[in-house]
Amino acid sequence: MTDAPQKLYISSSSPHIRDKDSIPKIMWTVNIALLPALLMAYYFFGPKALWITLLAVLAAVVTEAVIHKLAKKPLRIQDGSAVITGILLSFNLPASAPWWMPVVGSVFAIAIVKELFGGLGNNILNPALAARAFLLASWPVEMTASWVAPREGTVSGINGITSATPLNLLKQSAKIITNPENFEPSQVQAAQNAIANLSSSYTNLLIGNVGGCIGETSVIALLIGSLIMFYRHAISWHIPFTYVGTVAVFSWIFGGSEGFFTGNWIFHILSGGLILGAFYMATDMVSSPVGHRGQVIFGIGCGILTVTIRIWGGYPEGVSYAIILMNLAVPLIDRYTVPSVFGEVKNK
Amino acid sequence: MRTFPGGVHPFEGKSYTEKKKIEILPRPKLVSIPLQQHIGASTKPLVEKGQEVKAGEKLAEAEGYVSVPVHASISGKIKGIEEIDHPVAGRGTAVLIEAGETEEWVDTIKLDEKYLDLPVDEMRERIKEAGLAGLGGATFPTHVKLSPPSDKKIDVALLNGVECEPYLTADHRLMLENPKAIIKGFRIIMKILGVQRGIIGIESNKKDAVEIIKKQISEENGMEVVVLPVKYPQGAEKQLIKAILNREVPSGGLPMDIGALVQNVGTAKAVYDAVYSCKPLTERIVTVTGPGIKNPKNLLVPIGTHFQDIIDFCGGLTENSAKVIMGGPMMGIAQPHLNVPVIKGTSGILVLDEKRAHLAAEQPCINCGRCVFVCPSHLLPTSLQRLVYHERFEEAEQFHIMDCIECGSCSYICPANRYLVQSIRHGKRQLLLQRKKAG
Repeated sequence: MTDAPQKLYISSSSPHIRDKDSIPKIMWTVNIALLPALLMAYYFFGPKALWITLLAVLAAVVTEAVIHKLAKKPLRIQDGSAVITGILLSFNLPASAPWWMPVVGSVFAIAIVKELFGGLGNNILNPALAARAFLLASWPVEMTASWVAPREGTVSGINGITSATPLNLLKQSAKIITNPENFEPSQVQAAQNAIANLSSSYTNLLIGNVGGCIGETSVIALLIGSLIMFYRHAISWHIPFTYVGTVAVFSWIFGGSEGFFTGNWIFHILSGGLILGAFYMATDMVSSPVGHRGQVIFGIGCGILTVTIRIWGGYPEGVSYAIILMNLAVPLIDRYTVPSVFGEVKNK
Repeated sequence: MRTFPGGVHPFEGKSYTEKKKIEILPRPKLVSIPLQQHIGASTKPLVEKGQEVKAGEKLAEAEGYVSVPVHASISGKIKGIEEIDHPVAGRGTAVLIEAGETEEWVDTIKLDEKYLDLPVDEMRERIKEAGLAGLGGATFPTHVKLSPPSDKKIDVALLNGVECEPYLTADHRLMLENPKAIIKGFRIIMKILGVQRGIIGIESNKKDAVEIIKKQISEENGMEVVVLPVKYPQGAEKQLIKAILNREVPSGGLPMDIGALVQNVGTAKAVYDAVYSCKPLTERIVTVTGPGIKNPKNLLVPIGTHFQDIIDFCGGLTENSAKVIMGGPMMGIAQPHLNVPVIKGTSGILVLDEKRAHLAAEQPCINCGRCVFVCPSHLLPTSLQRLVYHERFEEAEQFHIMDCIECGSCSYICPANRYLVQSIRHGKRQLLLQRKKAG
């Protein structure tokens, strides 16, 4: 007993075993989940979509590597989180964007939004979305003026209407219908026809055969990708389901031009960046609430803000601003959704 | 199936030993019996160096009410009373006994067929004199737990056969091989508490034990078996009560506050031995297991046996063994060497290999919320860790850091390998120190 021990074994505080999941596994799961949408983007918008995505990813990864090197921090680009930022940023750009745009956006996303706030786990906003907001404010024309029509389709997804993306069409038409005295009768007629024909675009919206940002158009591809994330527990239902559900309910109540409860909620769900935003960006763990109750509040908030911007705001689409605004509310939500501790309720 | 909220599903690892019958370890040549093997006050030695003792003889007397005596687990000569390495406390005084030629037992052991007619106080006295402390691992003196104040009405006793720690199979084997003693002990516990209802909780990965215990209680009144789904930490007292009775022990309170009391199956068996035959607690079942052990076994070993002797009997360690843990992998305590004794709370000796022994470095928290989701106490482990890192202990207290049961589910599940429960443990210690200083 008192003899000197021969060999010392490893000592550490319990627990001595760990679950196999890791940050890189979660991040690369998200990257793989984004691939179906990328393939659809390539199919509909051509190789340019791939080039923009590649540039955004490269810029994001290189920026992160340079900053880690300068800050003498261990290099952690291999965890895949910068790749996600690059892909998501490119998914939020039009296929017509000039080559420097994804580069500038990615540098901004990684350097300013992510690393300046402390790097992985410390950013307040979703880096890709904040960078998109930055690009939209700085180069509004390049970001919104010229939408590329998808191969074998129209920008609007409706036959014969080539001018606008689905949500733009909805916004313009609603404007005309609510103020018919300011427009020609033919314009009013066209607007009414457009609204009446929205349902003819459902199939195109589902598969992504419409104009829009690179990665947002194909609802089917995005949902298939999300199944991978659900399966690997990279996301939970709380944010995406409450987000999409709230958009459905609110757009149904307020979205119609013939009064309450006449809105075309299916169109609102399928068009724009809602599915991309709800499943891939609002669910960003770092910038969303930590608890399930908080996540539900977050999802509902995103939904209300999205519909508000779409119907009453200046932009046709509100997903990115809605998520950014709710990102800012996360500390508050977390504070007010602290779970009551085991045994506390009955104690009072 | 009933269960509690939160929890994790670690690799079970029970196949190493779940089919292996309990073997009796040959009498070791030397045992070191620590004076303190339970929660509460220490004990005062009654023996001197050089003295001959018989097995079962009392070596040290309880000092105070929340304390239990310790007994000689083998007969022989007292080699000394020395400071040794203690598997839980780090260092501690122990009585060292060198085995004599033959095994001799004290003559106080007698079979008392009318044990159920004994006055309740006599039962408690026998339990205390036998040195019983909770054998599930927490080692709280059993007689104290069985003496609830009169204003606490207990209506149900629970028997914990969950054994939710991965790798451990000691309780499982005991239920299979000696169900009679367990149930008789449980009957004594129910009698002492004056309760009519007794529930035995067993997880569904021990179907054979469920069958055997069900058969055993078929002629008993007021006893039932509840099968629970496999989930860690279901064997934690508060979680077991929640799972079986759907009652929540108040924050900062005890099970008796809500009319329940939990005992481990091993403790029940020891209660039977103590009350029926006045046999002191001198041995226990230890699961010796893991990828680092050549021949994993369930062993009945005398208290005070050195880990080295036990591991030698199990064929020794494998080449790549790297970590020795007393207890299970979730809450067990890593031992730097094998010169430590088995104590009353040693439910297992787990040896991990090189591959499993190292913990990865901490990565930044990505706020995934998994620790929050699995925490059975509904705490925010990641926030608590941040507060502890910044030494904001008072704030951590407001966030109920003291309600942490240290089950380790948060650290287990964390994809960033953050040392969550480790930090929380540190925070709790600091707060206790502060309280002590403040008086």
